[in-house]
Amino acid sequence: MASELLEDAVTDQLSALTASLRAQGSRVGMGELLNAHRALEAVDCTSREDARLALRAVLCSERGDLIKFERAFYDVFGDARVPLGVSPFDELEGMPREVLPHAGIPATAPAPPQADADPTAVPAAWSDVELLRHKDFAAYSDLEMALARELIARLARRGPTRLSRRTRPSRRRGHTPDLRRMVRGSLRTAGEPVERVWRAPSRRPRPMVLVLDVSGSMTPYARMLLQYLHASVAARRRVEAFAFGTRLTRITNELGGRDHDRALERAAEAVIDFSGGTRIGAALASLNRVHGRRVGRGAVVVILSDGWDRGDPEELALEMARLRRSAHRLVWLNPLAAHPEFAPLTRGMRAAIPHTDDLLAGNSLASLEQLAVILEEI
Amino acid sequence: MTLTYVASVEEASEALASQGYLADRPLALAVHLAVALEQPLLLEGEAGVGKTEVARALAGATGARLIRLQCHEGIDVHHAVYDWDYPRQLLALRAAEGGVDEGELFSRRFLLRRPLLDALEADPANPVVLLIDEIDRADDEFEAFLLEFLADFAVTIPELGSVRAERPPVVILTSNRTRELHDALKRRCLYHWIDYPNAQLERAIVHARIPGVSETIANRVVTAVGRLREHGDLYKLPGVGETLVWARALLALGEDADLDETLGVALKVHEDVQRVRSRSVLDGV
Repeated sequence: MASELLEDAVTDQLSALTASLRAQGSRVGMGELLNAHRALEAVDCTSREDARLALRAVLCSERGDLIKFERAFYDVFGDARVPLGVSPFDELEGMPREVLPHAGIPATAPAPPQADADPTAVPAAWSDVELLRHKDFAAYSDLEMALARELIARLARRGPTRLSRRTRPSRRRGHTPDLRRMVRGSLRTAGEPVERVWRAPSRRPRPMVLVLDVSGSMTPYARMLLQYLHASVAARRRVEAFAFGTRLTRITNELGGRDHDRALERAAEAVIDFSGGTRIGAALASLNRVHGRRVGRGAVVVILSDGWDRGDPEELALEMARLRRSAHRLVWLNPLAAHPEFAPLTRGMRAAIPHTDDLLAGNSLASLEQLAVILEEI
Repeated sequence: MTLTYVASVEEASEALASQGYLADRPLALAVHLAVALEQPLLLEGEAGVGKTEVARALAGATGARLIRLQCHEGIDVHHAVYDWDYPRQLLALRAAEGGVDEGELFSRRFLLRRPLLDALEADPANPVVLLIDEIDRADDEFEAFLLEFLADFAVTIPELGSVRAERPPVVILTSNRTRELHDALKRRCLYHWIDYPNAQLERAIVHARIPGVSETIANRVVTAVGRLREHGDLYKLPGVGETLVWARALLALGEDADLDETLGVALKVHEDVQRVRSRSVLDGV
């Protein structure tokens, strides 16, 4: 178990490292990432210096990459030489993000650990992230929310896909023959189609509909989950976002755009019944009727709610059944489900569970990661 | 009447009416503008309000040729503009034992023309109404291509060069709003949302489209459909198309046939049918 966790943590860190490199303009692909894993296995990982050199060897491909790598490494793993709490950025108070060029400090990179106001927390970004992953959203401090933002953005990029009717050239034989290329090829061989070439269907993003409960009981989670909604809308195509308390509001357009804070502000303005009561059934009814077209066939619908419902459970069951019939897959994220003694006792949850394909926790980064894994498998 | 004669809102309205399509003033105005400004018209609206019919009626009334491009998932340039007839090319290659040069192989002889190319190469003396149906089913890439196409009504075929329309066709796009279209495409188009017609207009539509239908039938059907649309608790509301089929059903069954029994003509979701029956929505119609 411990080693698995460690491995996950390494994967996260390496992804962060490569992301940071890419943000600076280096070409780092999946191949390099895999190589980095192998490189770390090959050296003594308890030595920070060895790990750094190994990674540098794998991830840099030209001289200009070296300085980028140093920056990225510093961003992700922290700088061992700088004593705790003495970051030059602290004195600037949020200035560096605005003033310094993006190449230096990628706006999306996790903040250096020195920014942590609580010195007892964790010394290195490494374990910082690991702790965050399993921490309940409700217990997040403002700083942790900011730290988690990048992780959430990364999770939001992972979404469901489906086979498209569009095709692209493929090496594997057995799909549709690529007549276009065969004719071209035969021109060179005196009309004899010597080489067989094929086309295979490509993959496209599958439509996804996110429905967030923003009623009173969800308040501790709504803010972080709304971040996830925003990140999904920003990162992927074909994502629709809705929020509901007693009534349903479409917030896809509000959440669009790159400016994170403005987007969340706009969404909060659009939703008039923040922190009020809940009528899940009525909200889903309006989703099915008014926005039925958007849900459409083949969408993955994710409901993020604790299932506390003051509405009619019969209506909820009916609308869930309908939703499941029209959606490709129906996932329910319930922050309460993280509790070890969780049992779906609320009327709402009892009515809804028979109609959901997956029930996940949705209270922490780890659970969002679980969601990402499920989505990718679809 | 030809397209150049759709010179005013009234004439647009008359032109559509001559084909049994009764349009309200905003729609007639939109059609008039599309013709006058030579700008594409994007029509949105619920299913069955007659988006596609607008193009048909306009073409029918003006004697223009209707060219229809039905969009679908995965549609690309080779479905929409042109493709090469590869099997025939291969045959020609083999028959000539390689003695064919490339220019000959990629000449008009082996070109398959698809709707958009057809629309561009139409005889300017004989105008064209180009219907691009259900654009929301195509993907973003195709939408981007279409934006270019609509900007200058020209396409480039690498092997042949570029083809430009001598006279831009009247373009009508329809969307069912299964997804939001790109802003740039919307900006290029005139936009009109087709609403359900009011009762008076819908009765007129029934009479115009189904000759021989009695006043009673038209009244009953239009009232019934109106109630269903107002009911507000149905998954799928009946469109004008359903009204017409329902009227035809009553014409076949007799004026006083039971509406509840023929509900399946208008509603296609089981729960909706049940709900309407159990709440006696159609009582007294």
